[in-house]
Amino acid sequence: MRKPTLAVFKFASCDGCQLSLLALEDELLALAGKLDVVYFLEATSRIKAGPYDIALVEGSITTADDAARIRQVRRDSKFLVTIGACATAGGIQALRNWADTDEFVRAVYATPEYISTLATSTAIANHVPVDFELRGCPINKQQLLEVLISLLDGRRPRTPVHTVCLECKRRGTVCVMVAQGTPCLGPVTHAGCGAICPSYDRGCYGCYGPAEQPNLVSLSGQFEASGVPRETIVRSLRSFNGYAPEFRAESDRLAADQD
Amino acid sequence: MSKIRTIRVAAMTRVEGEGALHIRLRDGQIDEVRLNIFEPPRLFEALLRGRALEDVPDITARICGICPVAYQMSSVHALEAALGVQVSPELHRLRRLLYCGEWIESHALHVHLLHAPDFLGYESSLALAKDFPDEVSRGLRLKKHGNQLLEVLGGRAVHPVNVTVGGFYKLPRREELAALVNDFQWGLQAAVEATRWVAAFDFPPFERPYDFVALSHPDEYAMCEGRIRASDGLTIDPPEFEKYFREQQVPHSTALQAVRADTGRTYFLGPLARLNHNRQQLLPTARRLADELGLEHPCRNPFKSIIARGLEIVQAYEEALSILREYRPTGPARIPYQYRQATGAAATEAPRGLLYHRYGIDENGLVTAANIVPPTSQNQSQIEDDLRNYLPAVVAQPDAQVALACERLVRSYDPCISCSTHALKVVLERGP
Repeated sequence: MRKPTLAVFKFASCDGCQLSLLALEDELLALAGKLDVVYFLEATSRIKAGPYDIALVEGSITTADDAARIRQVRRDSKFLVTIGACATAGGIQALRNWADTDEFVRAVYATPEYISTLATSTAIANHVPVDFELRGCPINKQQLLEVLISLLDGRRPRTPVHTVCLECKRRGTVCVMVAQGTPCLGPVTHAGCGAICPSYDRGCYGCYGPAEQPNLVSLSGQFEASGVPRETIVRSLRSFNGYAPEFRAESDRLAADQD
Repeated sequence: MSKIRTIRVAAMTRVEGEGALHIRLRDGQIDEVRLNIFEPPRLFEALLRGRALEDVPDITARICGICPVAYQMSSVHALEAALGVQVSPELHRLRRLLYCGEWIESHALHVHLLHAPDFLGYESSLALAKDFPDEVSRGLRLKKHGNQLLEVLGGRAVHPVNVTVGGFYKLPRREELAALVNDFQWGLQAAVEATRWVAAFDFPPFERPYDFVALSHPDEYAMCEGRIRASDGLTIDPPEFEKYFREQQVPHSTALQAVRADTGRTYFLGPLARLNHNRQQLLPTARRLADELGLEHPCRNPFKSIIARGLEIVQAYEEALSILREYRPTGPARIPYQYRQATGAAATEAPRGLLYHRYGIDENGLVTAANIVPPTSQNQSQIEDDLRNYLPAVVAQPDAQVALACERLVRSYDPCISCSTHALKVVLERGP
């Protein structure tokens, strides 16, 4: 039987999510026995043209060329999985969406004419249909393994959609917001990381993006009541998943109220 | 009429990030060599403005998923310089320990998964593993140890969460670190074996009179502290970096390239530069191994960077082991500070070489300016210069071989293109 083919594509990103594939040190060689890795620039000089059974897509769309390239990737791929916050929400580089991108380019490059970039950084799903989204900045490599195994088994991947709060309870971490008064985005953030930050005595900073139906208005009200300045709340929502619709709506509401 | 020959490699592989190489020969003579970097710009230095300084280590980590700790270390040192914070010796050791985890993870990845296939003629480590299963498995296990150390001390391997300005959010418990000792004892020996393995590869006879630049410290193999040293004797403190090194923009790259400001010359960063400047500061196992392998001092063959990387894995294991064994949590996890309007700069040694950061902050703790100079953009013009000098030896071969030889030379620098812009294609044009 033919092994399913796997391709890994990169757009605007840090490489960290595709690196998670190589970080499956114990499973990597076994996985390579079940999947035919036919396009993965970071790992192999072998380059095969599509079609591909599974495409992992890292990164956001920030150039006109990339907007065209993702459409080709979609045409070539049977099952397209976005991996990480850049691909699912636009990433930290989506902060430009609230700014003057030309001014941003001038601030970094002495000769801005050489640089061609779009005014926005947007998620893959804003450009093409996506079959499955894996959250996180970075993704959890065990969740990536679950996605690949389930696709090999012919079932839909199962990843929990509850909040980081529940992961803290399961881990037995004392609530940092209740016990220490530390602002924490755990109540509105998608599970998947295993609630790392509170176990290191800091609040969740939302790197897995919004959970399903997050009650953001209530949480920012709680932050304000405990004395967190409004501009700090806006900044905390505008980070790695700042352009995810739920986080964006709340930071825009708070920022508009401020003006 | 002159004859133009062009060789194209559409996408460079086994490097981090995406870019291309463009080579044009006119009547058999090298006309142009360009390392094209088309990784889309992410504009970090602009988006950092107005952020709280506490956000900086978390945000700059996202410049690179392979060396996030380097970005965290350079940023916290620069911000601490601005704030006038001096961390305790205990926190300094824990930072070195965290950096050891990243050096091990990043170097083991490059040596085994990205670079070794070049010397043995394979397309990837997956193909290499079929014929060299023990060597590849050993490399994966070394890489895993690096990641485990990052997970214990940093919370996770990619974009650790525990680093903050002034120290750490939380100190590790003694037994968490002690639990790694057995694995690291095995790893130290395995790293020695891995280095012997790569040192026996065939290296193209290519040497150049490089200007090696690296941090150097009298008492330790420099990672976070020390002075910046160059081969011609220049020795400066990191905040003077911008006076002596200049970034310039070229049309074919979204990465800024760097040269020495005083001489206009290219310079060489990374494990080989560090080893050449700091061989005396290596711990005994790595120092003895370097002698046993007969590695020249200084070594001017860029292909031998793979040996330097191996020796630095050994060094990182040996240092990590001593910290893991001796660690007792004592002082505070972080040193407190007061906001003030100031500028601070620092450089630390990322796996790929010197990483310079400078920040301006205001009295409310917000960032007013940022400048980040990653190692790959500094090496980029050195790589182009190398290719111009290396090409005459290989140019008689067919296009595909020339492209492969050039890619190999580029890969020996372990370029991290995601970093440098904050895909490599090889394009070679030549007359027939």
